[in-house]
Amino acid sequence: MVFVSYAAKGEGFNPPDAGDFNLPPFIEGNEFATKPILLVFLSVLLISVFFIISSRKAAVVPSKLQFAGESIYSFVRNDLGREVIGHEFMRFVPYLFTLFTFILVNNIFGIVPLIQFPTMSRISFPYVLAAFTFFIFHYVGIRKQGFFKYMKEIMFLPGIPKPAYILITPLELATYFLVRPMTLSLRLFANMFAGHLLLLVFILGGEHLLQGVIGLKLVSPFSFLIGIALTFFEFMVQCLQAYIFTLLTALYIAGALADEH
Amino acid sequence: MNSIELAAGEELNPLIPHTAEIIVGFIAFSLLYMVLRRAVVPRFEKAFAERTDAIQGGMERAERAQREAEAALNQYKSQLADARGEAQTIREEARVQGAAIIEEMRAKAQEEAARITASAQAAIEAERQQAVNSLRNEVGALATELASKIVGEALDDQVRQSRIVDRFLSDLEKSK
Repeated sequence: MVFVSYAAKGEGFNPPDAGDFNLPPFIEGNEFATKPILLVFLSVLLISVFFIISSRKAAVVPSKLQFAGESIYSFVRNDLGREVIGHEFMRFVPYLFTLFTFILVNNIFGIVPLIQFPTMSRISFPYVLAAFTFFIFHYVGIRKQGFFKYMKEIMFLPGIPKPAYILITPLELATYFLVRPMTLSLRLFANMFAGHLLLLVFILGGEHLLQGVIGLKLVSPFSFLIGIALTFFEFMVQCLQAYIFTLLTALYIAGALADEH
Repeated sequence: MNSIELAAGEELNPLIPHTAEIIVGFIAFSLLYMVLRRAVVPRFEKAFAERTDAIQGGMERAERAQREAEAALNQYKSQLADARGEAQTIREEARVQGAAIIEEMRAKAQEEAARITASAQAAIEAERQQAVNSLRNEVGALATELASKIVGEALDDQVRQSRIVDRFLSDLEKSK
């Protein structure tokens, strides 16, 4: 896809830009027949199949496959759920588990050969996930404390001199209703977007250098090498972003469940 | 920018979401959530619960066995103490009984001895009486015989001596 766009750009190196993320539908005019959408469904299929198979014969003494699936599950369940949320964590484990695996697999698509597109670099998907988290943690808070008490807790932090509320209350409201969902989605999106762009720059750049004069040809391998190094770096970022998104969701839920801030 | 791309992605601002992607994201994520919640989480939880159960059950079994062993030990100890106490009382009783038996036997023996002594004394007395009686008879006969001899034969020192004997004997008789 990228190669096509490069070829179409003609002579001279056109650095990759936001346009490289707008992949055309492979069925003309069908908005749903695009690579990101296909990848999202592929991720759902892969995750479902992997975990259904690995948990199918869940036994006291796990098989290797069960151990692999169980390790991921117990990481989300214990380190993100139980540690952060506390005794009510079990209700949220399925959501956190889905969130973590969904983001992780879609991120890693960015470096999987032949796929090589991080789905989360399409802002729509982080928006959807952040919206889920947004509604869940507010719903949990309202269910737990009642609407007015919950709003009061957000707007009026205890232990602050009264005049300070003029400043603090709008900030707190903005934090809970704007900043949190925006940062959640933008952090994930921007990391994946920038990471993919970086890889495109070095790998397409290396490719372009290879077509240049002899001196540029010699520089080309370094560009590829950096591209490969960045691929490993990207893998780390992809895992980290899945972890951060899930961790923050757990923290927001824990905050909404807590009686006091 | 080539013409295909411009046609495909009209808005180049990457922060503007696509309706189709929003819908797909929502559906796909919900679908995954349902699958994982229904089919995966309960199974892993079941395995975890079984594992916890196996470990805890094993520990509980070990604790129970230890408690039982301790109870048995205590029981044996108390039984041993009981047995010791019992042996002590039995020994005590035996000692008392033994002493009583010895006492009884001693009394019996003394009684027997007394009885034997008494019967022996009686026998001796009877025999002495008999001896005295026969002696008296014999002495009478002897005396009669001696008197006849004294009358018939001459007297000498020996005769005198015999006379003294006789007198003694008769004195003895008298004193009796």
